[in-house]
Amino acid sequence: MTELGSSPVVEPGSGDRASEEELSLAPEQRFQIPPALVNAGAPILGAIIGLLIGALLIVIAGRDPVEAYASMLKGAFGGSRQITETLLKAAPLLLTGLGFTVAFRTRVWNIGGEGQYYMGALLGGMVALFFPEWPPGLLLPAMLLAGVVGGMLWAALAALLKIKRGVSEIISTLMLNYIAVLLVAYLSRGPLQEPGGYLPESAQFVEAARLPGLFGTRVHLGVLIALFFVPLVYVLLWVTPLGFWLRAVGSKDSVAEYAGFNVEKAIFFAMAFSGALAGLTGLIEVSTVHTRLKATITGGYGFSGILVALLGRLHPVGVVLASVFFAALFIGAESMHVLSGLPETLAEAIQAVVVLSVLATDALAHRGQAE
Amino acid sequence: MNWSLILQWSFLIALVTAGIRLAVPVVLAVLGEIITERSGVLNLGLEGVMIMGSVAGFLTAYYLENGPMASAGGEWSAWLALLAGMLSGVAMGLIMAVLSVTLRADQVISGVTLVVLGHGLAAYFYRQAFSSLTARVSGMEALPIPLLSRIPVVGEILFNHDPTVYITALMVVAVWFLLFRTTWGLRIRSVGENPAAAETSGVNVGLVRYSATLLGTALAGLGGAVLTVVQLRLFREGITAGRGWIAVALVIFARWRPGLALVGALLFGLADALQYRIQALSQVERGVGAIPYEFLLMLPYIMTILALLYRSGRADAPAALGRPYVKGAD
Repeated sequence: MTELGSSPVVEPGSGDRASEEELSLAPEQRFQIPPALVNAGAPILGAIIGLLIGALLIVIAGRDPVEAYASMLKGAFGGSRQITETLLKAAPLLLTGLGFTVAFRTRVWNIGGEGQYYMGALLGGMVALFFPEWPPGLLLPAMLLAGVVGGMLWAALAALLKIKRGVSEIISTLMLNYIAVLLVAYLSRGPLQEPGGYLPESAQFVEAARLPGLFGTRVHLGVLIALFFVPLVYVLLWVTPLGFWLRAVGSKDSVAEYAGFNVEKAIFFAMAFSGALAGLTGLIEVSTVHTRLKATITGGYGFSGILVALLGRLHPVGVVLASVFFAALFIGAESMHVLSGLPETLAEAIQAVVVLSVLATDALAHRGQAE
Repeated sequence: MNWSLILQWSFLIALVTAGIRLAVPVVLAVLGEIITERSGVLNLGLEGVMIMGSVAGFLTAYYLENGPMASAGGEWSAWLALLAGMLSGVAMGLIMAVLSVTLRADQVISGVTLVVLGHGLAAYFYRQAFSSLTARVSGMEALPIPLLSRIPVVGEILFNHDPTVYITALMVVAVWFLLFRTTWGLRIRSVGENPAAAETSGVNVGLVRYSATLLGTALAGLGGAVLTVVQLRLFREGITAGRGWIAVALVIFARWRPGLALVGALLFGLADALQYRIQALSQVERGVGAIPYEFLLMLPYIMTILALLYRSGRADAPAALGRPYVKGAD
């Protein structure tokens, strides 16, 4: 997180770099407290603070927080069925979180995961709708590829706007979110609507277009795909020259430029990669959960994936842990809702508080070293 | 011939009138963000601030109208609800200020997280208060300005609104005056341009940034409350529909100037109004050539991107925008 600690600039190439460097501290000063301690400690402390504030919200609602949290824990991990649900929820969080990890390491603020998710679902879903007669061995890879391409293209649009015209990717990716959702909403009640159907949704995908379950369980291929990207992202960022280049661009543009790195290409790659993973997530979710195209295929992963990446310290292993924690909160909150009537959106509030606490802890640790 | 002309006129008048009204929450949020960013703090959490304002305002109005205080609160309920919206905005702003000014955390990340927090909390509070989703509040009566509202066309468009429209218009002037004609405004701008120099000349950088951030989020919270209390008179999850984000974009479009912010927000309001109207029209004549309403709903978002295409570059941005101030580091 140290690279993110003092990153004020929304748009690179703005000429602010020199003065920014003056502000940032020398590396040896920065690491007086063992960074590993801050790295691991801050998320744990953040989780505790988040759960305490969640307890406060439960008390305000006039309920017993211990009881509510017990029902959450049971709902998330209480049996093999619950653990399956938690895993299925963690997979999309992990996949989007890994994409954002690469983007944020490059200091590309892709906030458009939601739109990229929809475009991946749309393109992949269209393959499923147009070629239902294909055998699964051809259909599924084609769908996965289309999902990747859909998300990647939507992200690439924002990357081009940034590189060519200096449009802040924060704003463009966000606006593209709304546009993508509306596009899918229109298509699934218009041209792609189920023939003869009344609901604003496409026909259901054929059996061959659904990712198969593993070993006869509900845990599907998507979970494996997500796990596959964990070592891949690690290798990408810390073993390959490409990863070194991305992190160099993310830490200090000026240094990267002097060293002959192409900043624009790095921005484009990071954006496209994170978009591809968001698109893939969208395809996996429509293929397994929704099994058709409609306006309401969101799982909110475009935003919660950002928090997962941050809580996971922009490290693949951390992102795995953070995705399971977030998934447990989501699934647990659902069962808490059923049992006690407390709104399940409590999970979202807790998650945001957790990340805010981590931000504060990090900043405090930095501040302590600065003075 | 005559009839179609009258129809067109009335259509246009209604369109512009609605556009002005729909611009109000966005204008308030953009004005707030301009103050905040002029002091050097980039608050991307505006969407979360607005949705908290909208839920706080709505719940306050609902309880004042339907709770035990119903008879006493009555008339003033909408005003108190707007105040509640402002206060909830300040509460959210405090989180942002502590993180970005005191702790010097990354402002982009803090802002984005603040949005998620706002969405989660707003939905939590609303669902906890209502099990059904049909709650409505009575809003605010229109207040035609005497004499002026009788002017043909102009009177109808400009002087026949609810009070929040006039207040917002005054706010544009007030924020301009604050920023460019008062000592406090000078301090805000100097802190946003060169905090070290400002500090040398005796300005408390932290204090100025706190006040600018809180004032900014108070206005954004007010904008959110106007949306649910006065205009839509209901609350839904995600009801702000990206207005907070559009406001952040409009600040760049407006080059950090209140006057241009008004222009940008009015354009947004007109696109929004057009979208509503054509949606209604195309439902009447569901024939060939009817524009799918989804494409009209896209208008404001596409316009925002187009606007940034021609207004990008940071030449006008406060020099210290988004950069935490470390005493003595320069």
